[in-house]
Amino acid sequence: MSITPAVENPVEQLLRTERMPHIWCPGCGIGTTVNCFARAVKECVSDLDKLAIVSGIGCTGRVAGYLELDSFHTTHGRAIPFATGLKLANPQLKVVVYSGDGDLIAIGGNHFIHAARRNADITVICVNNFNYAMTGGQIGPTTPLDAVGTTSPYGVCERPFNLPFLAESCGAVYVARWTAYHVRQMTRAMCEAMNKRGFSFVEVITPCPTLYERRNRLGSGLDRMQWFKENSVIKNGVDTRECDIAFQQKIVCGKFVDVDRPSLLEMVEAKMASVLHRRRWERMSREQQKPIAMRPMKG
Amino acid sequence: MSGDNDGILSGAHFLDGDYACAEGAIAAGCNFVAGYPITPSTEVVERLAWRFPSTGGTFIQMEDEIASSIAIQGAVWAGAKAMTVSSGPGISLMMEHIGLAAMTEVPCVFVNVQRGGPSTGLPTLPAQADMMQARWGSHGDYEVIALVPNSPQECFDLIIHAFNLSEQYRVPVLFMMDEVVGHMTEKVVVPPRNQIKITPRRYTKLPPGEYEPYAITGDDLVPEFAKAGDGHRFHITGLTHNEKGYPVMNAECQEQLVCRLVDKIRNNVEQISLFHEDGLEDADVVVVTYGISSRVSMRAIREARKKGIKVGHLRLVVVWPFPEEYIRRLAKQIEAFVVPEINLGQVVLEVERCAAGTCDVISIQHAGGAVHKPRTIYDAIVEAVR
Repeated sequence: MSITPAVENPVEQLLRTERMPHIWCPGCGIGTTVNCFARAVKECVSDLDKLAIVSGIGCTGRVAGYLELDSFHTTHGRAIPFATGLKLANPQLKVVVYSGDGDLIAIGGNHFIHAARRNADITVICVNNFNYAMTGGQIGPTTPLDAVGTTSPYGVCERPFNLPFLAESCGAVYVARWTAYHVRQMTRAMCEAMNKRGFSFVEVITPCPTLYERRNRLGSGLDRMQWFKENSVIKNGVDTRECDIAFQQKIVCGKFVDVDRPSLLEMVEAKMASVLHRRRWERMSREQQKPIAMRPMKG
Repeated sequence: MSGDNDGILSGAHFLDGDYACAEGAIAAGCNFVAGYPITPSTEVVERLAWRFPSTGGTFIQMEDEIASSIAIQGAVWAGAKAMTVSSGPGISLMMEHIGLAAMTEVPCVFVNVQRGGPSTGLPTLPAQADMMQARWGSHGDYEVIALVPNSPQECFDLIIHAFNLSEQYRVPVLFMMDEVVGHMTEKVVVPPRNQIKITPRRYTKLPPGEYEPYAITGDDLVPEFAKAGDGHRFHITGLTHNEKGYPVMNAECQEQLVCRLVDKIRNNVEQISLFHEDGLEDADVVVVTYGISSRVSMRAIREARKKGIKVGHLRLVVVWPFPEEYIRRLAKQIEAFVVPEINLGQVVLEVERCAAGTCDVISIQHAGGAVHKPRTIYDAIVEAVR
């Protein structure tokens, strides 16, 4: 059965429509972020063939599979090193990592901080729904203190990461946070992030009504959007140390970091041009002095 | 002559196995290596970090072996020929991505300069105790190819072969060196470029829109490759997937995919197998070796022959896939296999399984930290014919 829509979906050309319906729950915020991302891509990527998207594992890990791009659904936590290799081997590509908070920050946390440190030429979009949703609502490194998850039924006792602060302190050149409610700002942030050279980072706070909201009695996806609307505080340029998220407290949103620093590729190119190109010939001439005895290769 | 435009240092050199492996990788066309320092493999990546700028390659030292083992796969999808290098503890960390490479059919090479284990074990001393890990280390059913060099020259020659096999079958190839082979220095002859055979990657010629990343068009069960950026807009996943690369969660798709991944190797064991035979024609006893154990065994075999014992030497160069049929046939012609390995009995299990009681199988074990004494192997040969 096919239903002909009255108006063509403006992001349809970027979706693998043959794979619909997607796996996300009603009220989930991931689809909203994908819609924003697709619009951002339409807006700011001139050649879609040169855009590659890499996801890890989890609900957000499925994003890659729904986008009509060169897309890679990798292993849990390892989207960033995969993307690093992809970009280094073909600097022509624009490489975006699109994954969840557990994937990028818990199991993948080491890769996250090192990619930011070396200013790898990738954009990382982190959909933060405060829990591991694919596996049924366990707590993660972003779950606010005192919130409930299946592996923390009495409330979380660990302090969560403040992702904008983490990203900035590790060296990200672009850091923004929005919620699923802020579709225009989120789209613009994704666009700006993809326009940066180096490690750019966008965190999007999304509802997970099936698990996080339900277990914490925070209402439906729509209730949560209303809550985001009423409890987000936009503070562009604020010190990222003020971006901690506490349970049911105000969420600081905005663009926090937008600086220029030579990216990994720029640093490598500069180094090679300044040192190794000249020394290459010196080394070659040294190799020429080696004794010579040629024979055909065995086998 | 010296390095040509591709940076191949044709000529005779005095190199250790680690350096020879690095030079072989360059000769094979490898242009992307991600690694993490670990004894006794570090010299391979050190050499490549030093050499790659002049050959157009990229080396990156990643934050750990997990990152290294997947960065190379990202690079392959961008069109690179890639490998990573490590030793026991690092290889243990890479296991998930050997599975990913098998599942998503990424041609790449994992070099394991084996040291004593388990755990941190003996960082500076040899072992051959990762042979079963090489075969079975990642979860699920899959097949890989594993080559075992026994000299620096072979580190050079066989790493090229490893890359070629990885391209031909689109599998991760494990290159199973050990500390002794990695650190022994011998003459290594690098042939001129035109004598080095390279198996090119089989890129699809289909236009964007028609290409499906896992469609089988030929009869070798190996799909054609496409790289990111060429307009095919393909999807790759470690989930069980169909020809389009899309996840399909059912038993039928699982069977179709996993059986193909396994069959593309199992159906070609004869073509992939590589071994050296010496004096098997009239042998009563055959010493089955691989890697450094083969060189220790040569002395023992020579001594035994001097005493009139009919002993042959079968050196496996490709250990996985295991040459089952060949060992089965051989077992019927001889009285005993003697299998020395620097482990507590790994490949001998395969020899035993194939011999299936038709001849004796004697395992000469060594816990690692040194190579066998030729005397131990000699005594086992004598024991076998008594």
